[in-house]
Amino acid sequence: MTPPNAATLPAVDHGHTTVTAPGHAPRGGLSHFLSTYVFSKDHKVIGLQFLFSTLLWFLIGGLLALAVRWQVAWPWSDVPVVGKLFAQEGGQMAPEFYTMLFTMHATVMIFLVIIPILAGAFGNFLIPLMIGADDMAFPTLNMLSYWFMWPAFFAFGASFFVEGGAASSGWTSYPPLSTNVASSPGSGWGQTLWLLGLTMVGVSSMLGSVNYMTTIILMRAPGLTMFRLPMTIWAMFITAVLQAFALPVLTAAGFMQLADRMFGTGFFSPEGNIVNNAIAGAGGGQPLLWQHLFWFYSHPAVYIMILPAMGMVSDILTVFARKPLFGYRPMVYSIAGIAGLGFIVWGHHMFMSGMNPALGITFMVSTMMIALPSAVKTFNWLGTLWGGKIQFTTSMLFALSFVSMFIIGGLSGIFMAATPVDIFIHDTYFIVAHFHYVLFAGTAMGVWAAIYFWFPKMFGRTMNEFWGKVHFFLTFIFLNGTFFTMHILGAVGFPRRLADAYHYETFHHLQPLNAFMTWCAIGMVASQIIFAANFIYSMFWGPVAGRNPWNANTLEWTAPSPPGHGNFDYQPVVYRGPYEYSVPGVEKDHLMQTDPPNAVASAAASAAH
Amino acid sequence: MGKRLAGIVWALLFLAVPVLGVATFAIAPAFNIWLPKDVSEHGASIDSLFYFILWLTGIVFVATEGLLFWFIWKYDASKRQGAATYIHGSHTLEVVWTIIPAATLLFLAIYQMNAWADVKMRRPAMQPTVEVVGRQFEWRLRYPGRDGTLGTADDLFLVNDLHLPIDEDVLIQLKSMDVLHSFFLPNVRIKQDAVPGMKIPVWFKAREAGEFDIVCAELCGWGHYKMKGRVTFESRAEFDTWLERKYAEQQATQPPVEAADVAQAD
Repeated sequence: MTPPNAATLPAVDHGHTTVTAPGHAPRGGLSHFLSTYVFSKDHKVIGLQFLFSTLLWFLIGGLLALAVRWQVAWPWSDVPVVGKLFAQEGGQMAPEFYTMLFTMHATVMIFLVIIPILAGAFGNFLIPLMIGADDMAFPTLNMLSYWFMWPAFFAFGASFFVEGGAASSGWTSYPPLSTNVASSPGSGWGQTLWLLGLTMVGVSSMLGSVNYMTTIILMRAPGLTMFRLPMTIWAMFITAVLQAFALPVLTAAGFMQLADRMFGTGFFSPEGNIVNNAIAGAGGGQPLLWQHLFWFYSHPAVYIMILPAMGMVSDILTVFARKPLFGYRPMVYSIAGIAGLGFIVWGHHMFMSGMNPALGITFMVSTMMIALPSAVKTFNWLGTLWGGKIQFTTSMLFALSFVSMFIIGGLSGIFMAATPVDIFIHDTYFIVAHFHYVLFAGTAMGVWAAIYFWFPKMFGRTMNEFWGKVHFFLTFIFLNGTFFTMHILGAVGFPRRLADAYHYETFHHLQPLNAFMTWCAIGMVASQIIFAANFIYSMFWGPVAGRNPWNANTLEWTAPSPPGHGNFDYQPVVYRGPYEYSVPGVEKDHLMQTDPPNAVASAAASAAH
Repeated sequence: MGKRLAGIVWALLFLAVPVLGVATFAIAPAFNIWLPKDVSEHGASIDSLFYFILWLTGIVFVATEGLLFWFIWKYDASKRQGAATYIHGSHTLEVVWTIIPAATLLFLAIYQMNAWADVKMRRPAMQPTVEVVGRQFEWRLRYPGRDGTLGTADDLFLVNDLHLPIDEDVLIQLKSMDVLHSFFLPNVRIKQDAVPGMKIPVWFKAREAGEFDIVCAELCGWGHYKMKGRVTFESRAEFDTWLERKYAEQQATQPPVEAADVAQAD
């Protein structure tokens, strides 16, 4: 007994089914096109819209990073190709341009790539499919969550072209640098647009998170209890909770900074502050207040940027190790633990800020303890591989590298958590190494694992494995060449955000190492051409995938590839957890969540689809 | 066979992570890409904590990455007979690998506290040796002069050229005129943000004479990269002589500062 084949079912119009979701697209002409592909309320279309948008911004963010790396490796030398566009300096980069570059690199990568690609693209695409629902609980809110990204795209994009250029006070936008127009060229319209863009991203995230929580709580298929959910869904659920509770603080803080800039309030400016010989606002405020509010959101946001990747990698590891997840409940509890502790560690960004040092001690203890759930997760991933039958698909290689790289990013965090050691390495390349290992070598590798893994479900075709492996190999080598060396650079105390550090006696000998890293970064970005070509080619001409090309267990693999509107051609009913691989006494090596129990007894062997 | 070969290649790629990772840290000091010279009294404890964490994380790094390599090597589907092990976890293992890291991390946190308190909490009872004020993009210095009190007519004003005596506690009063800066002395293992509206005390004891960098470590605008100062550590006698000479230069080139102006500037 297997899930029924589409052919054996009563005819259902997959393209336009109105099985349960009212208010879905009407047919006909331009309005039909717009409602299907543009203002779609279908979670899969919205997910893909997020995916394409974020991948394009990923490219822009990567090019911004290359420009940053160019200046760090060869300061004040002519920038190739695009140098002429910077106008006033001939072909070389002005220092204010450099500060704008790293500010916008981080802004784009965090707010327009990592957060929306995880929650927006994969959250949208996967949640209804993996819980057996026909769509999200609130399709209209879902559509709006995507379209609220566009004002943000516009605000961030346009800010490059306003007078003074885009925001250039760092992605953290610490006042008074960010609030006072006189303090920095980018603190004019660029910063205002930055704050508006940030607010729009926040609105989008909030609409998404309300939807994800409601959908996961209320719309699970019959039999799908919370503790039968795949890790991907657990991670998305807890991420949504984090967003819902942390985001309002950032939004409020953003409006406060906007008010400081536009209406002359002084939330973040102290009395009598003079910047560049200009009196800076009303005063009576505190620059540290912004840091507290900003990090109260942005530290949990760090986990928003990694938890969904952890969830997806957990699922991918089990599929290609053909083994149940080791320690399912500890894995769930450790995600919850990370989320809970994530709210009381924000002060570790502020050890050197002038915050009361006694408070630093409590934040050190909570920060050390948050390493614990991460350690538990790592051990359980290793446990999952132990005794498995590992298939080296591209997706699996990226998932394995996630584990390998996350170990580095996790361990390097301990250095900064230790307050005395942080005195020396704070704001050096050590921290740059740390968060790139977590966010690029971790999350981005997890995202690639997920793209290669769910691509067949998205487009009905598989990506090319050979070129996928070439892409993996080159990315893996170059990323370590770029980022691992940052640790030793940080050990010298090499500060981040300096347009040229070589005039310091302490740092003058580090240029060759930086040049090496920049070459690796160029290689890393160039390797993505292979990915882009493979992605686009496979979308149209890749080999057609069946419903379940990887022999995986979770519900999305029972739906057609790609699923039609309404997702499932029959109502999935769940009989077990998502990780029943290599069950003894069963002929095929996996039991899907929907395989009925009597089929297990008779050792269902028929290859279903 | 091709699959087996591929499996070996992938396993070795993951083995390269701990091997090259450790090698990078091992050879970096030979190229002088390592902790810069430390001339402070407290720096040794910070450096030893750095090395302690480096060894601890290094061992965990090699062990976990080694296990990852070993599992990838050993459990390659192309060479493995039979089914994968059907196991959902182990309560004992979970308890073990929760309690051991928890205890280690808690110990690590407690072990750091004393060094932190020395550098940031146990402030010596003394008048400030010098006031350092960050301003885009320079370090403005003010010595209290002969009377030992800041904000009086005999204050000595300088820019970027900090001199301090060795073998005694020095107390710096750190301020900012405009935006955030960070007062970073790599060779003294000192870093402290300067915040407009706050007076933040910074103290240390230098053990060795010499001239070193003052780096701004918090983004302060387009000229952040060039906000560079120099600190000269010298014996008390040399320091006093230098102060006298600079004060004489100030007297010779500038009209005397009115006490009222000084108070306002504070």
